[in-house]
Formats: sequence, C-alpha cells, structure tokens
Amino acid sequence: MYQTTYHRASSVDEAASLFGKSSEAKFLAGGQTLLPVMKQRLASPSDVIDLGKIKELQGVELSGDTLTIKAATIYYDIMTNADVKKAIPAIAHLTSVLGDPAVRHRGTIGGSIANNDPAADFPAALLALGATVKTNKRSIAADDFFKGLFTTALEDGEIITAVSFPVPAKAGYEKMRHPASRFALTGVFVAQTKSGEVRVAATGASQNGVMRVPAIEAALKANWSPSAIDGVTISANGLLADIHGSAEYRANLVKVMAQRAVKAAG
Amino acid sequence: MSTVKLTVNGKAVAVEVEDRTLLVQLLREHLNLTGTHVGCDTSQCGACVVHMDGRAVKSCTMLAGQADGASITTIEGIAKGDELHPMQAAFRDNHGLQCGYCTPGMIMSAIDIVHRHGGQLDEATVRAELEGNICRCTGYHNIVKAVLDAAGRMKVSQAAE
Repeated sequence: MYQTTYHRASSVDEAASLFGKSSEAKFLAGGQTLLPVMKQRLASPSDVIDLGKIKELQGVELSGDTLTIKAATIYYDIMTNADVKKAIPAIAHLTSVLGDPAVRHRGTIGGSIANNDPAADFPAALLALGATVKTNKRSIAADDFFKGLFTTALEDGEIITAVSFPVPAKAGYEKMRHPASRFALTGVFVAQTKSGEVRVAATGASQNGVMRVPAIEAALKANWSPSAIDGVTISANGLLADIHGSAEYRANLVKVMAQRAVKAAG
Repeated sequence: MSTVKLTVNGKAVAVEVEDRTLLVQLLREHLNLTGTHVGCDTSQCGACVVHMDGRAVKSCTMLAGQADGASITTIEGIAKGDELHPMQAAFRDNHGLQCGYCTPGMIMSAIDIVHRHGGQLDEATVRAELEGNICRCTGYHNIVKAVLDAAGRMKVSQAAE
C-alpha cells in the first residue's frame, strides 16, 4: 500500500473538519472499493478519513412508509435487518447477492453510492425506488444524485449520512453476476410505488452508469407481469461492451433481468 | 506512524505501524503470525480471512488502523492447545486441502459460515457461502465435505459446553 495518513473520525462534523484540513483527502467507510483502488494507484489520497465507527451513521429505521438506512451500515446488517426484510425485501435480497460474505461484513451502502461504480448494485435500488440521499448539507433525490461513471452530485467534502427509501407496493432485483468480481454484469431493479407509478433502473448496462429504462416502465405500467416485457426492445446504443459481454448481450440482459425481477417482486 | 491497539487471539497488543499498513501486514510482519496468507491482495481469493469481533473479514482489504480497538482471531488462535478446532480436525479427516495455501482463510470463513447458519447448513449453502474463498487444488469437493462434517461436530461440542 502506498503512503497515506489515516484519521478516524468520531462524528460527521469532525470528519468534515478533518477533510477541510487535508490537501487531497478521501472518506473511507468499509474500504472494500477504496483500498483496492489505492493499491492500484487509481486513487492516491494524502489522507483517508475513516467514517466506519461514527455512531450517527449506523443503523436502520422504519418509520411509517419510509425506510432509512444510515450510510455506514454494513451490507450484512442490512440483509439481516428485520425492518428491511419486512418493508423492502428486494433490498435484503440485493444485499445478499452483493460481493461475498467477508466483503458484506465491511462494505457499506454509503460507500457503494458515493463511488457510483457503473456495475454497483445499490445505485439501481435508489433510482428505481425514488430514494433520497441525505448528506451533512442537504437532501438529494436519487434522480439528481447519479451523474455518470464514478460521478455523483456530491460536492468536495460532502458526507452521505443516510438513504431514505419510500416503501413500495412491490419491488424486485435480479442480476447476472460476474462470477469473479460478483459485480452485476447487468442488474435490474423494478418497483411499483404505492401510488401505482412504475420505476425501473438498470446497472452494469449503460456507459453512463445506472439508468432508468422508460420502455420497460411503460410496459409494466400497462401490465405488471414478466410477459409484458416480451415485446420491448432495448437499444444497444450507449451500452457497455467488454470482454464479458457485448452491448447487444447487455441490452438483452436488461430485458431478461427485468422479467426475472418482476417475477421475484410478485 | 501511529499505535494500533487491538486484541489478537485473546492477547492485548499495541503495535507501532505506518498508517498505510494493512491488517494482514500487521499480523504477519509485526506479530509474526504468518498463518494468515496473502493470495491475490485484491480481496477476491480469501486466503487472508480472519475474524474481527467475530465476523470474517479480508485482512488484506483493511488498514491496521481500522482494526484499532477490535478483537482479531487468526488461524493460530482457534485450537485449544494441542486440540484442533473441530473445523481444523474436519479438514484433516476429510482431506480438505492439498497444497494448503488457501486453508487458513477457508477455515476462518468456514467457522464464520457455521456460526451464521448454525445447524441449517446444506451442501448448496456451503458452496454459495464459500464464494469469497478460492482453492486451486481440490475442486472444493472435500472442503465442502469438511465444512458439513465440522458443522455437526461444532453443534455437538457447543451442546457439551
């Protein structure tokens, strides 16, 4: 590992103040992405500020129709949380197919969305459920939060504190897992809100990161069933293509994963 | 440099390390606990798995500073004197290893799996749960047998305690 200075913050305010005093700091939560990226020197922060032990960033709350997951809650605690399983079981499922058991013991929801990897799972859940990202400065709608590959609306030094999800009527998530990295080759999250709106988000598909899929939303709005998606065509334009799958393959995966997700949602 | 204070295999230690030191380096290079291995160094292979506060983690993907105040258990800390941990004994009896490089991480992950699933383990669950541990010798067959065998033994030894 390359040179860096480690700080452990005991509060969000302290973390923000440490950030302000450093030349090129990065926030560290579980470190399951940042540390490998630092080893590869794709990031070389002068300072890393550990948010992992901050109490106000831990835990899950269910209040009425809103499920709030604090930013530094680890995946394992999300997937086993009774309120998550009751309110939005699709999130418990998404978390259970993310990484591997040891990674799920360290990685956090805040870290996942702050990094906004184009194949990460949680961005799809936030976008499809119309979640709100809470930071130490403001609230940001998921629609405005994800800004393309590894890019978010977060300002320098801004800290995600929690994510609030409106509890949907139905929701499902299915992905084709990359067998080595366990990232989504393509994953689709489908949701029907309590007011009947349908939102569908795909990860691992677009060159611009997580995206809504309006054609599938329209088909499911008319008829919430896997077969409603049979006639939908997803364009391969602008989709990711690499050694693991062509753009055309991913376009088809968007459709197939959406069908499986609807089936899982019931 | 900073001082990291933690408990390793039941013993309190304070280690002066550079901030960039990984937990696995602290264990291997500062405490000479070389049972924990580094395989891929990219958090995929699981050779470096240890328990932190009772949970399996990849020690190559943590800074030592992140473990400050934690209780760490490594492969060296699970036997009771000369008596192997039931998981170690099951790996030996079922020939769950060939070259042995992945074995410390396999055993630490496997104990974590049994703790989380208790008596509910079946072959499919063990195979799915071992996805973060790579073995290039055995084809996993005897490892899975060993974990299922140990799950039974651990239940018996827990009941006896």
